[in-house]
Amino acid sequence: MFIVNSRIVEKQEPQSKIYLLKIHSPEIASIIQPGQFLNIHVSDDSYPLLRRPFSVCDVEGENIYIMFNILGEGTKILARKNAGDSLDILGPLGVGFNLDDDYETAVIVAGGLGAAPFPYVTRLMKDNKKILTFIGGKTEFDVITYGLLNYKTASDNGSVEFKGTVVDLLKTQLQQLRNEKIKIFGCGPTAMLRSLKQFCIENEFNCEVSTECAMACGFGICQGCPIESIRNQEKYLLVCKDGPVFNIRDVVL
Amino acid sequence: MSKVDLSVNIGPLKLRNPVMLASGTVGYGNEISVFSDLNKLGGIVTKSLSLKPRKGNPPQRIVETPAGMLNAIGLANVGVEEFINEKIPFLKKYDVPLICNIAASTIEEYVECTKILTREEKIKAFEINVSCPNVKEGGLQFGNNVKAVGKVTEKVRAATDKPLIIKLSPNVSYIAEFAEVVKKEGGDAVSAINTLVGTAFNIFTKKPKIYNVNAGLSGPAIKPVALAKVLEISKTVDIPIIGIGGIMNWKDVIEFMIAGASAIQIGTLNFIDPAASERIVKEIEDFCIQTEVEKISELTASYVIDK
Repeated sequence: MFIVNSRIVEKQEPQSKIYLLKIHSPEIASIIQPGQFLNIHVSDDSYPLLRRPFSVCDVEGENIYIMFNILGEGTKILARKNAGDSLDILGPLGVGFNLDDDYETAVIVAGGLGAAPFPYVTRLMKDNKKILTFIGGKTEFDVITYGLLNYKTASDNGSVEFKGTVVDLLKTQLQQLRNEKIKIFGCGPTAMLRSLKQFCIENEFNCEVSTECAMACGFGICQGCPIESIRNQEKYLLVCKDGPVFNIRDVVL
Repeated sequence: MSKVDLSVNIGPLKLRNPVMLASGTVGYGNEISVFSDLNKLGGIVTKSLSLKPRKGNPPQRIVETPAGMLNAIGLANVGVEEFINEKIPFLKKYDVPLICNIAASTIEEYVECTKILTREEKIKAFEINVSCPNVKEGGLQFGNNVKAVGKVTEKVRAATDKPLIIKLSPNVSYIAEFAEVVKKEGGDAVSAINTLVGTAFNIFTKKPKIYNVNAGLSGPAIKPVALAKVLEISKTVDIPIIGIGGIMNWKDVIEFMIAGASAIQIGTLNFIDPAASERIVKEIEDFCIQTEVEKISELTASYVIDK
C-alpha cells in the first residue's frame, strides 16, 4: 500500500461513454492482484474532497488500467484528464479474487461497469483455465466487452444476443455449467449480485463477487463501508479491507 | 535538536509538538502507521471506545458534500477489553502519547470505561466524547446539556488522575459555557469541535443518503465554524484548547493556534492523505523558523483583534 504520483500514458474510449486510463505505475503494477482497487484523488483542491475507488482493470508490464464512466464530479474531472497528466493514487487496496482454487473453468459474470476488474482476471487465466464470460447491461451501451474473451451478452431491452438479465442468461447455460468444474467470478449492481447468489446457492456453485460501498479512506480507518457478515452478526466486515471481493456465501448482499 | 521548540502543554499533558490525530480517523493506529511515523506526532487519539463492542450503523455511513463529508459510523468499536488485549500491544511499540477517546450511553459507563483504562500505563490521557451526533443514546444528549457535561466531567475526574479532555459539540449556541463547566468540574482541557449535525437527500428517491438520517459534517467546510468556536472559548475561559475542524495543511494548524488552540487534531485529512500529519509537523517548524518563532506555544491565542 503506497501513495504514488503516477502519469497517465494513454486515454481511450473503448466504447461510447466508457473511459480507460493507462497509467504508468511500476510500484503498483508489480504487486497488485486482480480484484484489488486503487483510491484516486482526482483534484488538487478540496472539491471533490475524497478519493474515488476504482478496481484495477488490467495490468500490462509497468502500467495499470482503470475503467469508468461519468457518475459524478470525481469521474467528470477524471474523464477530462489526458496523457501526460499525473494522478495521486493510493493502493493497491483490499482483498482481490482468488484465482488459484480447484476448478477448470472460470465463469465471469459482469453487469455494467462490473466488467471493470475482469480484463486482468482474463489475462491471468487465459493460458491455464477455460473461460466462459457472461456480460449484461441495461442496453447495448452498458454491455462492456473490453478485454474479455469467449463471451455471451444480455441486455434488458434485448438489443444484444439475449433479452433479460445476465443471471437469466447464465441460467440458460446451466447444463453446461453443471458438467464442468467451475468457479464463478461476479461483479455488478447489488440486485445482480443478489440474484447471482441465489443461483449459486441453488446449484452449489463456488463463487466470489466484488462488492462496492461508499467509502472515504479505502484502508480501514474511516469505518465507512460496512457489509453484513453471515458468520458473525456481531460485527460488520469492511468492503475496503476485508473485501471488496468476498465469497458470495460470506456476506449479506 | 530542532531549532524551534515545538513542544506544547495541554494542562498536565506534555506533547512534543501540537499535531495530533483525531479520534475516529486513525482507528487504533496500525493502518496509519504505514504512511506516517507515529513517533513524529504530538499524540494520537483512539476511535471512541465503549464498554462493550459496538457494531455501528448499517450502510450507508458516508457521503461527500461540498468541501466536506458526512459520516454516521455510529461509534463502531472493539470495546474496552479487546482494545486492551489486541490494540494496545501494537501502540506500545511507539513512543507517542496515546489518548483514549471514550463514548458511553450513561454516566456510569463513562466512569467504568475510564476506571478500567486508567490502569493502562500506555494511556496518557482521556478525551471524553460527549458530542457524537450519530447514536441514539449518549453522545449529543450529554453534549447539548451544560449540566450533563458538568456531571460527566465531575464523575470521570473522580475516576482518573490522568489528564482529562472533554470533546465539545459545536451544535450549541454558546460553546464557552460548556468549556467553563468543564474547567469548574476539574477537566484539564477541551477539544473543539466535534462534527456539525448535517444530512443529505437523494432527490429522486426522496430518501436520506445516510441510513442514520443525521450525520456529522467534517472537512474544510467546517473550518471557519471551528475557528470561531475556538476563539469564543479562548476569549472567555482560561482552559487549554485542542483545535479540530477541517485542518488540511500547515497553515490551518497555525491559524487554529492563533485563534486560541494549544494543540490541534487532524481528522478527515487522514482519510485523503494519511501521510499528511508527519509532513505538517515539518512544515509548521519551517514556518516558525521563517517567522522567527522560538517556541510554537507563543502562537496560542496570539490573535490581534483591534476592537
